[in-house]
Amino acid sequence: MRSPLIALAGNPNTGKTTLFNQLTGSTGKVGNYPGITVDCHIGEVELPNRGTARLMDVPGTYSLAARSEEERVAIEVIAGLSENPNDRPDVVLVVVDATQLNRNLYLVLQVLELDIPTVVALTMVDVLESKGERIDRASLAKELGIPVVEVTASTRHGFDDLCAAIDSVLDAPAPTAPWTPPADLQVLLAPLSSALPPEWNAKGARSTALSLWALLSIDDADEHVGLPDSLRKAVAACRKSAEDAKRPIEEEVIASRYAWIDERSESFHPSGEGRVHESTDKVDKLLLHPLIGFAVFLGTMTVVFQALFSWSDPMIGAVESAVGWLGAVVSGLLPTGILHDLVVDGLIGGVGAVLVFLPQILLLFLFIGLMEDTGYMSRVAFLMDRVMRLVGLHGRAFVPMMSSFACAVPAVMATRTMERKRDRLLTMMVIPLMTCSARLPVYTLLIAVMAMPGEESNFNQGLLMAGMYIFSTLLALLVAGVLSRTVIKGPKVPLILEMPPYRRPHWPSVFRMLRQRATIFVRDAGGVILVCSLAMWALLAFPRHVDSSPELATMQAELAQRTELLSSSEAELYEAQGAGSLDPEERIGADFGSRENRAEFQAQTYKLESAVSQKLSSERLATSYGGRMGRTIEPVIEPLGFDWKMGIGLIGAFAAREVFVSTMGVVYGVGEDLDGESSLLRDRLRRETKPDGSRAYTPLVCFSLLVFFALACQCMTTLAVVYRETKGWQWPTFLFTYTLILAWGCSFAVYQGGVALGFA
Amino acid sequence: MTPLSSLGPDSTVKLSQLGGDRSFQRRLMELGLLPGTPLRVVRRVPMGGVLEIEVRRSRVTLRMSEASQVLVTPLD
Repeated sequence: MRSPLIALAGNPNTGKTTLFNQLTGSTGKVGNYPGITVDCHIGEVELPNRGTARLMDVPGTYSLAARSEEERVAIEVIAGLSENPNDRPDVVLVVVDATQLNRNLYLVLQVLELDIPTVVALTMVDVLESKGERIDRASLAKELGIPVVEVTASTRHGFDDLCAAIDSVLDAPAPTAPWTPPADLQVLLAPLSSALPPEWNAKGARSTALSLWALLSIDDADEHVGLPDSLRKAVAACRKSAEDAKRPIEEEVIASRYAWIDERSESFHPSGEGRVHESTDKVDKLLLHPLIGFAVFLGTMTVVFQALFSWSDPMIGAVESAVGWLGAVVSGLLPTGILHDLVVDGLIGGVGAVLVFLPQILLLFLFIGLMEDTGYMSRVAFLMDRVMRLVGLHGRAFVPMMSSFACAVPAVMATRTMERKRDRLLTMMVIPLMTCSARLPVYTLLIAVMAMPGEESNFNQGLLMAGMYIFSTLLALLVAGVLSRTVIKGPKVPLILEMPPYRRPHWPSVFRMLRQRATIFVRDAGGVILVCSLAMWALLAFPRHVDSSPELATMQAELAQRTELLSSSEAELYEAQGAGSLDPEERIGADFGSRENRAEFQAQTYKLESAVSQKLSSERLATSYGGRMGRTIEPVIEPLGFDWKMGIGLIGAFAAREVFVSTMGVVYGVGEDLDGESSLLRDRLRRETKPDGSRAYTPLVCFSLLVFFALACQCMTTLAVVYRETKGWQWPTFLFTYTLILAWGCSFAVYQGGVALGFA
Repeated sequence: MTPLSSLGPDSTVKLSQLGGDRSFQRRLMELGLLPGTPLRVVRRVPMGGVLEIEVRRSRVTLRMSEASQVLVTPLD
């Protein structure tokens, strides 16, 4: 016998998530809804008689009627419309907020129409009672015809009764719906029931309810996909006949349901007018105040930003040193060779590339979790709505957009605070345009190279850096405006929600969410990132054996000679000393002229040695597959003012943007342990010349590179996370392609325009 | 009839007519805003351009631009 399936439904902000977490404990995990690629929380509950049952969280909703894909999840899950009968819930548990009873009952009525055993979990009763109000639970249970159980999720109060109630309805026949459409409406609905898809398993009352759902949810402007044409036609015909009869169907149905609720409202609320919103009103008086509220908003956002930008540093450093330590340990255990490099540079480096994002992800979600739990996030969404809506973004896109100044990876993950797929997609597509902190070393280096020696002005450099931030932000907003009107077009959605009451955060739920976010990132995106890291490593590390250039060969030969001379001189010296036959000074004199000369010779040899090693890595890189790609793409990037060496840098930067700096360090043979402020690399780049002897990194070329870096989404981790969040390759591919075209186009305009104006 | 968006805080009125498209009307009605329903303006938030109302003992927040499509009359 399969374990019973319980669907957990309810309005938003009813404490549904906390109830889910407390009921399922450690068994809760993230999966997909049956047949739909939408994240779904599922866990286990122990029932007294029937044993283990599965509890599935349904997205919070005010109604089962739906226009969009995400709204349809609720009806699909609750009514079990998927083809597999195993996914049909045996019980629906509806969470009802006692402080907003009437509105919550509207959803309960709809669920009961579907002919599924149902239990109501009444939350927030303590809040109500603290204001001297109460709800007549017995009357509620009697009128609805189902068990109504009071629960307090945080203290697990009422959980035993709840589980017993679920058990009791499992074996009982489904209750008669308290509200059914009036007879004349049923006549109108009759032709619809035969058009319902067979897998909906519509019989009797369920058939009427699903017909009514179809009538209210399907029209010319809906966003449903996959509904059969015959059903659409039947709904259109039905709607037409209602219009001909001048019957406002929506109003009739909704008003009739509310009439049922209104008639009984007095008996449900035996104690007068409510002051349950009082304390929230007091807080909102401050937090929504034009001045104080704005100051609090700015302060909160500053804290979030600082946390991501600066406070995460020690944690990132700790992750990096841990991975570095692991690399060093393993490095000592393995003999030098391909396996050593694969494990140390490829594998451990790749794992590090995944883990290094965790601090910022955890910090951002800690703040988001707290803001969501306390109810402040909804205020932020309303406060930012006017500005964000100008470019088609949701008010809730503000926090992810702001976070992307630190890093696009947690920011993309944070888009899940938005309900609509369209809003999430739009935000994800522009987040990578914002100046993230990984671009900073690249910008620092390029801006420094632009200035001529002695002409560096910190003020101008700072101005240009600030300009890059403003440029990236404006462009992201502009692109959002364009995309929202073209590729990611969608009907404007009215913002009609509630400002949820302020509540104390439920810490166990917050930590559980953090654990889930970290797991999702490491498990789902980590694999892709690791594979990409290995591929990048292989691209730049193979082929392993290459012939040295004549110049390098000469250097290598000289080095060999010098080393030979030094060591033989040394050996002879020791021998002679040992035998006592020769005066050491005499011996040195014979070989080097004097002791000072010998020291000088030795120093030169060391210098040569490091030059040879750097030239060797540089040549290896140049002849590696990645290096050859740099040459291959040279014709494409030449119109932007770039040469093949910069091409290699661009390819290397795909692993992470800041890698551009160390890749350039290797390309130019100045070492790889560099940061953006390295004067060694800066000076080397300034000296770099084209074949015709002119400067390679002119200010114009640097500016063109800056623009390219600002726009191209050359970050495999961002693409991997977009893949995880959109559950497919379509959107990461689109993101990569459009930013690349945009970057190329803008760099082209900058460089060619600059040349035409004589700035070359 | 006056648009809801023109009301100050603490006004108590009765909803008389809903404008806008079908989905907008349906959404409002499902939140309990039906013609004839009494409602109270709780506050206006100028910074976000939104309006919060109380209807059927529940709270609903909507944009000013959308509130302008909701026509109300004084309570009898």
